[in-house]
Amino acid sequence: MEEKKMALKINDLDNVATIFANHITSGTEVEVRDKAGHSMTFRVIGDIPYGHKFALQPIAKGEPIIKYGEEIGIASRDIKKGEYVHVHNLDSMRGRGDLEKR
Amino acid sequence: MEFYGYKRPDGSYGARNYTAIIPSVTCANDVACAIAHQVQGTVVYQHHQGCSQMPPDLERVTNTLISLGKSPNVGAILIVSLGCEGTDHERMYQELSATGKPVEIIHIQELGGVSNAIRVGTDLARKLVIAISGQQRVPADISHVIMSIKCGASDTTSGMASNCVIGYVADKLVDLGATVIFGETTEFLGGEHLLAKRAVNKQVADKIYEIVNAMETRAKSVGVDMRRGQPTPGNIAGGLSSIEEKSLGAIVKSGTRPIQGVLDYPDHVTTQKGLWIKDTPGREPEILTGMAATGAQFMCFSTGRGAPQGFPSMPVIKICGNPNTYEKMENDMDINAGLIITGEKTIEEVGEEVFAKIIRVLGGEMTKNESIQYFSAIDIHCLGPVI
Repeated sequence: MEEKKMALKINDLDNVATIFANHITSGTEVEVRDKAGHSMTFRVIGDIPYGHKFALQPIAKGEPIIKYGEEIGIASRDIKKGEYVHVHNLDSMRGRGDLEKR
Repeated sequence: MEFYGYKRPDGSYGARNYTAIIPSVTCANDVACAIAHQVQGTVVYQHHQGCSQMPPDLERVTNTLISLGKSPNVGAILIVSLGCEGTDHERMYQELSATGKPVEIIHIQELGGVSNAIRVGTDLARKLVIAISGQQRVPADISHVIMSIKCGASDTTSGMASNCVIGYVADKLVDLGATVIFGETTEFLGGEHLLAKRAVNKQVADKIYEIVNAMETRAKSVGVDMRRGQPTPGNIAGGLSSIEEKSLGAIVKSGTRPIQGVLDYPDHVTTQKGLWIKDTPGREPEILTGMAATGAQFMCFSTGRGAPQGFPSMPVIKICGNPNTYEKMENDMDINAGLIITGEKTIEEVGEEVFAKIIRVLGGEMTKNESIQYFSAIDIHCLGPVI
């Protein structure tokens, strides 16, 4: 049997979902479930490892990325719907000694 | 509800009955270890502090070592002092003697060096372990439980599975009148507003913001992006993109009950009940020491990527949220919370499994970590420089 390509959206406000499946390559169709049991299918952009995230909607550069219904960082560039979201396009806003005035 | 523990003179109940060999300074470690290696029933704390530090840190180290000796899992204490250290070994001896537990102290310099100190210390430790070895476990109400909690080597499964399980258990223990302590102040960054909302009053909420601000200020003082320090490369490889994401998953393990207050790193629980914060960093050697000093009889430790570390006198129950990791590291993981991710079990089902394991561990059952004694890398968290 083929492994189910499953991802979870934790909070209704979230604009990313987390994949819990192996071997997700660009173009794979992934089923996103939420807590209420609803599901929707997305085609992902980029190879996405187990436990990593993708965007559920377009996120413009500078907009917050939301998981658990809370901000987990800011888009450091425009992100397409379905695109892999990680440190390459998400900037943390905390513990940023590099952004402090010297 | 009850568990079986060793009753201590202060009214607490231990899950273990160890004689603790406590070096008052890192320079006494080798003597302390030689004694512990030779004498059955002992544990040793190989820390790296206690001299050439700023006075507030010396006080912090002294108080932490005293709190470790007060742990209900410790029945007797041998302090191993070099003789010229910065910690207050005489105060350690006095305060630990006042607990009513048998306490001895040796000074390496006074005894004429290492080999004689090992000989004298070994004979004293033998007397101590024999003196407490006949003590029997007695029934204790569950409200005497002090549970510490932590997540380490986290990935994105931690916040969705293993930390949810610990949150379930934390709520259950708080409702039964027990004490639950969580820490890892660095992993409040981005989630501190959610914790502050659960504080019992404004003072506690303010204190939560204060410790988070102090931790973030220390990190920022280096002038770089904190990423790779926190989250770690392993966290990032596991899908955690920022400290905010890591924190929001980490605080899930504190459950949902009100936060009663904030303990300082060396503090030992006396009458505190309910859910408390202890101000600690996230790294294993320092937080495990801080939690054992709290007086926790055990720790529930959530992991995604597979953190095997434990602590000499505090059993650590490993709860693994990642089903792939559990399969690879089953020998080091006590509970498979990965079954929540695969949809085979609910949070409540795994939570009850953990709760049953807790009662058994309190009564003497070993954790996987204890069975392989993987717990020598410990340390005391200090704030100032080594000078």
